[in-house]
Amino acid sequence: MTLIKQLLAATALVSASATVANATDLEVMHWWTSGGEAAAVAEFANAFTASGHTWIDGAIAGGDNARPVMVSRITGGNPPGAFQFNHGRQAEELIESGLLRDITDIAEAEGWKDIVNPSNLLGACTVDGRIFCAPVNIHSWQWLWVGHQAYKDAGIDVPTNWNEFAASAPALEAAGKVPLAMGQQGWQQGGAFNVLMSSLVPQDVFMSVYGDKDVGVAAGGEIATVFQAASDARAMTLNAPVQNWNDATNMLITGKAGGQIMGDWAQGEFAVAEQVAGEDYSCLPGLGVTEVLGTGGDAFYFPVLKDAEQAAAQAELAALLLKPETQVAFNLKKGSLPVRGDIDLSSANDCMQKGLALLADGKLLPDFNMLVTPDTKNQIDTLFTEFFADASMSAADAQAQFVNIIKDAE
Amino acid sequence: MALDRPNQLFRNKTAKIAAIPMILTALVVFIGGTTWTIVYSFTKSGLLPRLKWVGFQQYERLWDAKRWIISIENLAIYGLLMLILVFALGFLLATLVDQKIRFENTVRTVILYPYAMSFVVTGLVWQWILNPEFGLQTIVRGWGWETFTFDPLYNANIAIYGVLIAGLWQGSGLVMILMLAGLRGIDQEVWKAARVDGIPTWKTYLFIVIPMMRPVFITTLVLVVTGIVKLYDLIVAQTGGGPGIATEVPAKYVYDMMFAAMNLGQGFAASTMMLITVAIFIVPWALMEFGGNKSG
Repeated sequence: MTLIKQLLAATALVSASATVANATDLEVMHWWTSGGEAAAVAEFANAFTASGHTWIDGAIAGGDNARPVMVSRITGGNPPGAFQFNHGRQAEELIESGLLRDITDIAEAEGWKDIVNPSNLLGACTVDGRIFCAPVNIHSWQWLWVGHQAYKDAGIDVPTNWNEFAASAPALEAAGKVPLAMGQQGWQQGGAFNVLMSSLVPQDVFMSVYGDKDVGVAAGGEIATVFQAASDARAMTLNAPVQNWNDATNMLITGKAGGQIMGDWAQGEFAVAEQVAGEDYSCLPGLGVTEVLGTGGDAFYFPVLKDAEQAAAQAELAALLLKPETQVAFNLKKGSLPVRGDIDLSSANDCMQKGLALLADGKLLPDFNMLVTPDTKNQIDTLFTEFFADASMSAADAQAQFVNIIKDAE
Repeated sequence: MALDRPNQLFRNKTAKIAAIPMILTALVVFIGGTTWTIVYSFTKSGLLPRLKWVGFQQYERLWDAKRWIISIENLAIYGLLMLILVFALGFLLATLVDQKIRFENTVRTVILYPYAMSFVVTGLVWQWILNPEFGLQTIVRGWGWETFTFDPLYNANIAIYGVLIAGLWQGSGLVMILMLAGLRGIDQEVWKAARVDGIPTWKTYLFIVIPMMRPVFITTLVLVVTGIVKLYDLIVAQTGGGPGIATEVPAKYVYDMMFAAMNLGQGFAASTMMLITVAIFIVPWALMEFGGNKSG
């Protein structure tokens, strides 16, 4: 009897405390599951909990796995309170169908127009003048990571740009190293090609091809140069049978490979291995040729909810994501750049500082995901998966296929 | 008399009512779902299904895509070899186990065990075994055969055979068990008669036992063929479609188009083509198999 009484009392207490706190549960879905990512998203969760609500974590590993689940829950009428997407064109159709909440009022109240830097981040959240998402960070692709160990073993100087890097490849090979580490996955290979394009030829080429979908430029001589560079890169990646990007980064850390073209998230791997930027590895934005950063990244979208309390909690969360304290705490853990230029990140490491400097100088490029549809991206990734795996596929053949993709792109 | 008979529709009422859920499921889920997919394959559906007609555009793009062509070729190679080899291996193993060997239970369990593994586990295990750096190749080289090279998963020309090995390892056990059950179902009198007539054992198997096992073969064939057409998880776990696009298969194309590329229309077009391919093989066979029973 006493046990039952105790249980009843406990239940009453729990329910009482729940009503007193008047907390709203808000489910937030995202795909941040690796060590550093989970630590970063915990910063959001803590800040949200501190505001008196409950953050219900809905993490699904891998963007390609998470997106279908999110979309089917939203279209199926059981939407989460908020969800992460890469801002850009991924959410276009959900917005057109009226499934996502217009948060323009919150953005105006918080003055996002003035604080979000670069401003095109907010542009990527805007459809027909209305704002639908809260950008939380900037991730850039345009980095060449160089592992010093391999160069020390080969007895040559560490390269400071792509051309030196390409010239040093034979010496590395002679020393039994893989010059360029690259995971055999489409997004990594297609990504590397885009980095070559944005770094090795003038920037307006990138914009004409992906922004204006200019078939003439895509078939032209400058893109041919990029394909030639990609073909050189292919020759440097042979004998590197890895799949995941972090396995490729690990080849740099262990001195098996010289360099890797990968986004700024790679520095998390160096940090975990306790490597020091400048001593054990270097990071070359824009491949050290054209210093430029892409402004890709993550954003939170908010589905339309019926429950008024939950909608209010959504508004609080949206405002919270861009507060200076949350931005600093989150981005330091995530290794990405903050979306507002007015905060102090002096505790960031060398590579992040380089990124911040470029950001301050406005040497920026829209992200690939903002310019093309996921469908076009998938086609391009497939093309480069094939190109990098098949040494007999010529640069000219690949370019011809590339032109076809751009011709059909929207 | 004929007038007195109740309407055909209302005969066996209970049975018919009991069958309604099943009939509805078949109509709505199978027929309905299939029709819906085919209809939307003629639209320009992206992330969400939309009725924006584009005619055969999705199909034109599908058959222009090199990845789709390679997927079809891979499925043909894998399917044909799998069918032949899994039957040969399964039957051979079954006859060997059938020789009243010792520890039959143990042997049977060991051979059937891979079938208890999911395709994902199978794929990962064989990915490791076939990895040149720490798999079979290194072990054989460690034995002293320094030039031994066996890395099918890293050679685009033969990668699909690396997948085939894993598929065979996983599937042979099931075929063996089914065949063994079939063999055990053969009357011992048949064997005695064959022996009296002085027919060699292999001839007895080939010309007497196998024809008697026709139903078992048909069941096994259906199981194996459906397993081949839906080949997806093994590829994802073992090669991820690589190297390059050398081991892509149609089911993976459909999934990637629908969920990674957010292009439902293209995914629907590809799945419709898969349906047509299956129908080309299944319909004539079904007519032969079930249509024949009526007359016979």
